[in-house]
Amino acid sequence: MKQHLTVVVVEQNQERAFAIVDALKESGDVEVFVIGNVSGLARKIATHGPDIVLIDIDNPSRDMLEELTVASGPLERPVAMFVSGAAGGLAKAAVEAGVSAYVVDGLQAERIKPVIDTAIARFQVLRQMRTELAETRRALEERKVIDRAKGLLMKAKGVSEDEAYALLRKTAMNQNRRVADVAEALVTASGLLS
Amino acid sequence: MRTVALPVAYMPLVDAAPLIVAREMGFDHAEGISLDLRPAPSWSSLRDMLAFGHVDAAHLLSPVPVAMALGLGGIATPLSAVSVLSLNGNVIGVGSQLAERLADQGYDFDFSDAAAAGAALAKAAGDVLVFGVPFPFSMHVELLRYWVAGTGLASKQVEIRTVPPPLMAQALAGGEIDAFCVGEPWGSFAVDDNVGALLLPGKAIWTCAPEKVLAVRNHWAENEPHLLGALMRAVWRAGRWLSNADSRTTASEMLSRKTYLNVSPELIDRALMGEFTISARGEQRRVKGFVEFYDGAATFPWRSQAKWIAHQLALRNGIDVSTAERQAARVFRSDLYRRELFGLGAETPGASEKLEGALPVSTAVASTNGSLILPPNVFFDRRIFEPTG
Repeated sequence: MKQHLTVVVVEQNQERAFAIVDALKESGDVEVFVIGNVSGLARKIATHGPDIVLIDIDNPSRDMLEELTVASGPLERPVAMFVSGAAGGLAKAAVEAGVSAYVVDGLQAERIKPVIDTAIARFQVLRQMRTELAETRRALEERKVIDRAKGLLMKAKGVSEDEAYALLRKTAMNQNRRVADVAEALVTASGLLS
Repeated sequence: MRTVALPVAYMPLVDAAPLIVAREMGFDHAEGISLDLRPAPSWSSLRDMLAFGHVDAAHLLSPVPVAMALGLGGIATPLSAVSVLSLNGNVIGVGSQLAERLADQGYDFDFSDAAAAGAALAKAAGDVLVFGVPFPFSMHVELLRYWVAGTGLASKQVEIRTVPPPLMAQALAGGEIDAFCVGEPWGSFAVDDNVGALLLPGKAIWTCAPEKVLAVRNHWAENEPHLLGALMRAVWRAGRWLSNADSRTTASEMLSRKTYLNVSPELIDRALMGEFTISARGEQRRVKGFVEFYDGAATFPWRSQAKWIAHQLALRNGIDVSTAERQAARVFRSDLYRRELFGLGAETPGASEKLEGALPVSTAVASTNGSLILPPNVFFDRRIFEPTG
C-alpha cells in the first residue's frame, strides 16, 4: 500500500501558493500545507512533520531551513536536504526551475520523484511569469527615462520629438550603447547641471 | 580585446567589495574577463548556484567549503577556496532591552574587550540567550561559540538561530532573537533602525579571522586554469586598490548602488572607515582595520585557517578531529594562490601554515619579496591553536 506524503510549501504569495498546491494535489496522494509567514519557520514546519518541504530558491528564508539539516537531535531534524541524495539530476533541474526541496532522510527516491517533478514544472511556469513581469516593468521604466530625455533635448535644442529621438538613437549607435542608457546619462547630467 | 564573461555569485555585503570593485574599476577587463556579478538571496542559494554550475565562482563564507569537505550539511560538490577575500568584518549587537540593562549595570561599551563584554552580557542576560546568525556554517557561528565558551556566557543556555542578514533588525525588533552576529552593513542598519546597539566587532574575538573566501568548484579550477588565474588576479588587484585609504569613499559609493547593496553610502562607510555609531544615541567607536582586504597577506589562504575551522566543526559534530583537519587543509588552496599570483608583486609567505593566535604584535616573516609583515594574530583568550592533523 502506498502511504500518502505530507508536503509543506513555503510561499508568501497566496496565488502562487494555490497554484502550487493544486498542481501537487493532482500529482498523487499528497497532503499539502502552506506556510506564508516565515517568522518561526522551523517551529511551524516541525508541527506539520512533513516528508518534503518545498521553497522558492530566491526566498531568503531558505537559510533558516538549512539549520534544520544540521540540527543535532533526531526529533529536531525533520528534514535533510534532497540534493544530498542520489537523485542528482533531479536536484539540478529543481535548482534551474527555481525550487529547492528538502526531504526527510530515508524517503525513497521513486516516491519523491512525481512530487518534485510536478513542483519543478509549476515553478518553471511561475518563474517565467515573474521574469516577464520584471521585463515589462523595466521596459516601462526605460520608456519613462527616454521620454524625459526627449523632452530635455526638445527644450534645449528646439527640435521636434522625432528629431530628439533620432539624436538619442544616433548617439547610442555611435557610442555602442543602448538608447535607454544614453537617455539615462542625459537625464542624470541635466539633474546635476540644473 | 574580447573578454570572456564569467558568472560570479555574491551576497550583498560590504565584504563583497573586492568582486564589485574588480568589476567597477575594470580590473576584470584588464585580465581579459568580464565579471557577471549575480546577487544571491540566501547563502544556501549561493552555494547551490556554485555547486550546480550556474556560476563559476562565488563570494562564500569561509567555513562553508570546509563543512562541505567534511560531509556536513547536504551538498558534497568539492569546492576550493582559492583565496581569502576578507579578514574580519562582523559585528555583534544586542537588542534595545539588553543594551539598556548593560548600560544600567554601568557597562561602558568599550567595543574592544571581548572578555569584559562577555562578562557584562552574562550578567545582563536572562537564563536563555538567543543569537541570530546568517548561516549555520559561518565565521559568525564559530566566533560566537568560541567567545561564549571562553566567558561567563558559558553558564547560560545560548541558542544560535539562522536569520538572513537583511532580516536581522526585524527579528530583533520582533523579539525572535536577543542578539546577533552579522556582517556589515546589517549591524549598523539595526542601530539606525533603532532596535539595538553594537557590542563588539568580530575582530575583538579573533584579530585575523578569515571571513569570506573566493570559492570555485575543484573540477572548474582544473579545467579552466587560465580563467581561474585571471579571476584571482583581478580580485587581488581590487583588494590592493581597496587597501588604499583614498579609495574607500569611492568604494562606498560603488557598493551603495541599487544593483549591489542598495543602502546609503554613509552606512557602508562605517565598515570601510572603521568608524561606528554603536547606539541610537549616536555614540561613536573606532576600530582600526575593521575589515581587511589586502594588507599583511590578508588574502593568502592559510591551511591553518582551514584547520582551525575544521577543528571547531569536528568537535561539535563528533567527527575525528585530526582527519577533519587533514581534509580541510586541502580546501584552502595556498598552492593555487602561489601559482597564479606569482610575479604580480603579491607577497606570499614562505610557509602555508602558521600558529593561529600566536602573534601578539606585528611580525616580519619570510616571504617572496622579503617585506611581508603579518598583523597581530591573537584570540581574545590568548590561546594558541596547534593543529593535530
